[in-house]
Amino acid sequence: MALVTLTINNKTIQAEEGTTIFEAAKQNNILIPHFCYLENVHQIGSCRICVVEVEGARNLMASCVSEVKEGMVVQTNTSKVRKVRKVLYELILSDHPKNCLGCHRNQNCELQDLGEQIQIDSFRFEGVKSKDVVDSSSASIVRDSSKCILCRRCVTVCNEIQGIGVMNAHHRGFATFIGPSEDESLGHSICTNCGQCIVVCPVGALKEKDSTHIVWEALLDKSKKVVVQTAPAVRAALGEKFGYEPGTLVTGKMAAALHELGFDYVFDTNFAADLTIMEEGSEFLKRVNDQLNSTTGAVLPMITSCSPGWIKYIEHQYPDQLGHLSSCKSPHMMLGALVKTYFAEKIKVDPKDLFVVSVMPCTAKKFEITRPEMESNGIRDVDAVLTTRELARMIKDAGIEFTELKDAEFDSPLGLSSGAADIFGTTGGVMEAAIRTVYELVTGRELPMEALHVQPLVGLQQIKTADLLIENPLEPYAFLNGVTVKVAVTSGLKGANMLMEEIRLGKSPYHFIEVMGCPGGCISGGGQPRPVNNMVRMKRMEAIYREDEGKSLRKSHLNEDVMTLYKEFLGHPLGHVSHELLHTSYVKRKKN
Amino acid sequence: MITHEEICSVHSMTETEKYGLLEQVMDDYDRKESNLIQILHMAQAIFGFLAPEVQSFIAERMDIPNSKVNSVLTFYSFFSTKPKGKYTVSICLGTACYVRGGKDVVNKLKEVLSIEVGETTEDKMFSLQVMRCIGACGLAPAMTINEKVYKQVNPNKLHRILGMLK
Repeated sequence: MALVTLTINNKTIQAEEGTTIFEAAKQNNILIPHFCYLENVHQIGSCRICVVEVEGARNLMASCVSEVKEGMVVQTNTSKVRKVRKVLYELILSDHPKNCLGCHRNQNCELQDLGEQIQIDSFRFEGVKSKDVVDSSSASIVRDSSKCILCRRCVTVCNEIQGIGVMNAHHRGFATFIGPSEDESLGHSICTNCGQCIVVCPVGALKEKDSTHIVWEALLDKSKKVVVQTAPAVRAALGEKFGYEPGTLVTGKMAAALHELGFDYVFDTNFAADLTIMEEGSEFLKRVNDQLNSTTGAVLPMITSCSPGWIKYIEHQYPDQLGHLSSCKSPHMMLGALVKTYFAEKIKVDPKDLFVVSVMPCTAKKFEITRPEMESNGIRDVDAVLTTRELARMIKDAGIEFTELKDAEFDSPLGLSSGAADIFGTTGGVMEAAIRTVYELVTGRELPMEALHVQPLVGLQQIKTADLLIENPLEPYAFLNGVTVKVAVTSGLKGANMLMEEIRLGKSPYHFIEVMGCPGGCISGGGQPRPVNNMVRMKRMEAIYREDEGKSLRKSHLNEDVMTLYKEFLGHPLGHVSHELLHTSYVKRKKN
Repeated sequence: MITHEEICSVHSMTETEKYGLLEQVMDDYDRKESNLIQILHMAQAIFGFLAPEVQSFIAERMDIPNSKVNSVLTFYSFFSTKPKGKYTVSICLGTACYVRGGKDVVNKLKEVLSIEVGETTEDKMFSLQVMRCIGACGLAPAMTINEKVYKQVNPNKLHRILGMLK
């Protein structure tokens, strides 16, 4: 790529052809004040805050969308630029409620940060406000249009990254609003509840549906035993809300904080992740067996079902392909069902007096627990879902000094987990966990890969694939001798769409597919702390693999508490009790 | 391609026939998202306005989200999501028409018809809308009623023009 020479603020610099002025400046330690820009995701110059003066140009140019040119002379801090930046900011503010003290984004708001950065000391323009719709029809996401500043980041993420297209701009000029179409609410749209829009919203216009209130109520209710469980990805990100660097594991402090908050039992969703591997692995082997040995065959590839955003996506977009989904409930739903049956019996408590809270990196889980399928005998499997951000808020609200906490353990019997369960939190993890177990069950030998990692499935690429040759299997699996199992992994719904198109056309070469609805997997789910970018994703992912490698127990089928559960209660994988409690069904939804 | 006659005969069609015609329109345009605006134009010609059901129908048959269809059609003032009157009165407020009194014509029309811009009279006779430059600057201020263009309109001429239609 050719290099271009230009000057920015009287400094002569070089940048690759095609680089934007903004990026070239950043590479040389000049961070031009900006607002709607989101690296590698959203660069459309809609807010104009990043304007700069370019010699010879008639107007100021938005640096995030203007490319560098040979000999260009750029100034980022002239009095004209500084004045225009402030006026633009004031104009954005003129249509913003400014009731910051009552906003959940107070002190964690990009609009506030920008105001501080460019030293705003007056709001001169006060006028009519353009919109005031609050849409709380969705179980997962609340949209408050009065706070929306029309940056369109959510539009880009919903359309370009996730390929859904619920969030769009409607009408124009002062009447513009962002959301589903004007006759539709989020709760009745094809929204998958993935929450990626929330993660990129710079202000308080999009947020998760609050569950902290009902959880506090339950905690203060003396007649209730409150059980909490935490997903694998939460421990790799919660620390960020308390000043830790991305990628810091806070497993022990998190468990301690949950005890401090007053939860009666602190369990680990990871336990159920190990259980999922037992059920899903068995289901996979059964399907392969049926495919090879029965006249009816089986639906392959089988696709994982842990991600509720993905589930709602396939229900809307490919309602005639639901047979590919594993019938396994997602791990936290399994654990909820077990708490209300197996555990309730153990501690002799009426399941009606148990309240199960799941702490999840996910907003779609809030919708998932409302699905009619997620109950047994009229009792809901899980009663409330908190996002990682909501848990952080509760910890702060309770006055717990998180950083000072001593590490604590999860409670027994639903707290023990293997390293295979830890990696459920990252893209490729569910598949690797399944392969570790399935390979060993089938061959009697450990997966012959370094550190038990299936390297082609590690990383942030949109679609990852691997082949696994089965040789010399144990007697019951003799039919698999010489079979090459082909697997694929994707994260983000656009990748899922590509794999589904192959399936729809009958051209999918795979036997087993892992789909996580959010790019990078649960580590960057819609309920995780902001900001999220690929650097943050990588650090959280490394933390997850670190957690896995730090354990001596690294395979789901060796989790003794899971084995005890089968012995005492479930019988065997895919058995009658499992079928009742741990498996589910799916519904066809409208495509629009 | 759909013929002009077909479009002109829509008033005598059943709903089912109208949707059939719309399917044909979408086929003519290869159901491509880049042709959405043309398809919406034809849909409005067939149905008179773009009701939510018509939007959903187009979205579903073209395999694009509802929200995207709605986003495109609400951007353009030519598209209407509400039923229109028998006569659509459009006043040009492009620069030339504006400086020659287009705004006074709008105000007078609002008064005479007792509706705001974008609304339709209760008897479903008149809809009022504003346009930006229809390319008839020499006739400013210009006004159109359905397809017919009226030149050099002023508030005093309105009673007579509207009276001739009733």
